[in-house]
Amino acid sequence: MATDMANKVYKDAKSALDGLLREGMTIMAGGFGLCGIPENLIVALRDSGVGNLTCISNNAGVDDAGLGLLLVTRQIKRMISSYVGENKTFSQQFLAGELEIEFNPQGTLAERIRAGGAGIPAFFTRTGVGTKVAEGKEVREFDGDKFVMETGLVAEVALVKAWRGDAAGNLVYRKSARNFNPMMATAGKITVAEVEELVPVGSLDPDHIHTPGIYVKRIIEGPSYEKRIEQRTVRKA
Amino acid sequence: MPWTRDQIAARAARELRDGFYVNLGIGIPTLVSNFVPEGMDVTLQSENGMLGVGPFPFENQVDPDIINAGKQAVTEAKDTSYFSSADSFAMIRGGHIDLSILGAMEVSETGDLANWMIPGKMVKGMGGAMDLVAGVKRVIVVMEHVSKDGASKLLDTCSLPLTGQRVVDMAITELGLFAIDKKGNGGVTLLELAEGVTVEEVKAKTRAKLTIGAAVKVA
Repeated sequence: MATDMANKVYKDAKSALDGLLREGMTIMAGGFGLCGIPENLIVALRDSGVGNLTCISNNAGVDDAGLGLLLVTRQIKRMISSYVGENKTFSQQFLAGELEIEFNPQGTLAERIRAGGAGIPAFFTRTGVGTKVAEGKEVREFDGDKFVMETGLVAEVALVKAWRGDAAGNLVYRKSARNFNPMMATAGKITVAEVEELVPVGSLDPDHIHTPGIYVKRIIEGPSYEKRIEQRTVRKA
Repeated sequence: MPWTRDQIAARAARELRDGFYVNLGIGIPTLVSNFVPEGMDVTLQSENGMLGVGPFPFENQVDPDIINAGKQAVTEAKDTSYFSSADSFAMIRGGHIDLSILGAMEVSETGDLANWMIPGKMVKGMGGAMDLVAGVKRVIVVMEHVSKDGASKLLDTCSLPLTGQRVVDMAITELGLFAIDKKGNGGVTLLELAEGVTVEEVKAKTRAKLTIGAAVKVA
């Protein structure tokens, strides 16, 4: 249905989030470090002023980019992440008791999101057995080895970033910017995607689509991308 | 002379085998890629979702969409593939990676590893370390033998919160190379001594059940 597909396309990040946000909600944001983050949607989320957020994201950005923008404005109450070492604002707010953090091993976080999106409420993993991560969780033995139970994760809204997308919501990621985006696209009750290039329906090779359009409810073409590199490690010619 | 960081990395590189898929941590482990023997085919995995990691780029090759798990700009190898972080950790957890080389704050004689948090200090998070040590076939730790305040990092029991239990197979420090009995009753066996280091020095700086390997020259 061409008209239905057209309904997924919004003119900008602000309108794409319209009606979806409320205080205290849970939001997933794709990206690894600053690579593959939904830059424009994060700025719109900040500008909305909505607060008390629980954010599920592998990292917390840096002080002036990514989810770091929402820390500066104190819109985040709680984070579920695997590593936040790049953000000084985060440390200050955490040490002042203003911010809660739940650390998940990176693979467990990725799998929790994948499971959540796939309708799997829990799974068992070897990761974290015998560590703080397993405290208070069920540990079960399979074939003589111990595994800890981890639960699936979903969010009210998932914000993802892809390279190319179409009006049907089909997405193609580029290189290592894929990272957490495909799982998060499946785990949001409402998934909003931003892409560098919105291309005509039919122009993406169906065999090469990473996220099928069914998962994406709203899509925008970002007006610009900074794509900052955290560690610009360059060889001398 | 104890081994330098480069010599530790070079020694770790001798544990590589042709055809290995390897994940390298940040710090000394990253240096291991500089010492892959000529002609050996080793594929580096980066847990954010890249298999086949090439060297750092020249200025005109920098691509913000190609980064490794240390968020450093890297390049592709000729056989690179990309995948999601869920697929990446399926690869890791599923036992498909041959070797993980990573740093440590403490290693115990039963192969317990602590490398992610110090109580009372700001915790940055464990990243992918817990998944790597739980899932990769063989785990080698490269680290300094003692901490900055002089305490042994090779211990009978770790005092810091664990990253994994019974996971470390081998430790390489500036003093030498040690096999760890992670499956049995525990114990650290000195297999190689850095040139100029004495067994006495190793004994003095190790707080674990230590055996001196038969082939180690006792100076």
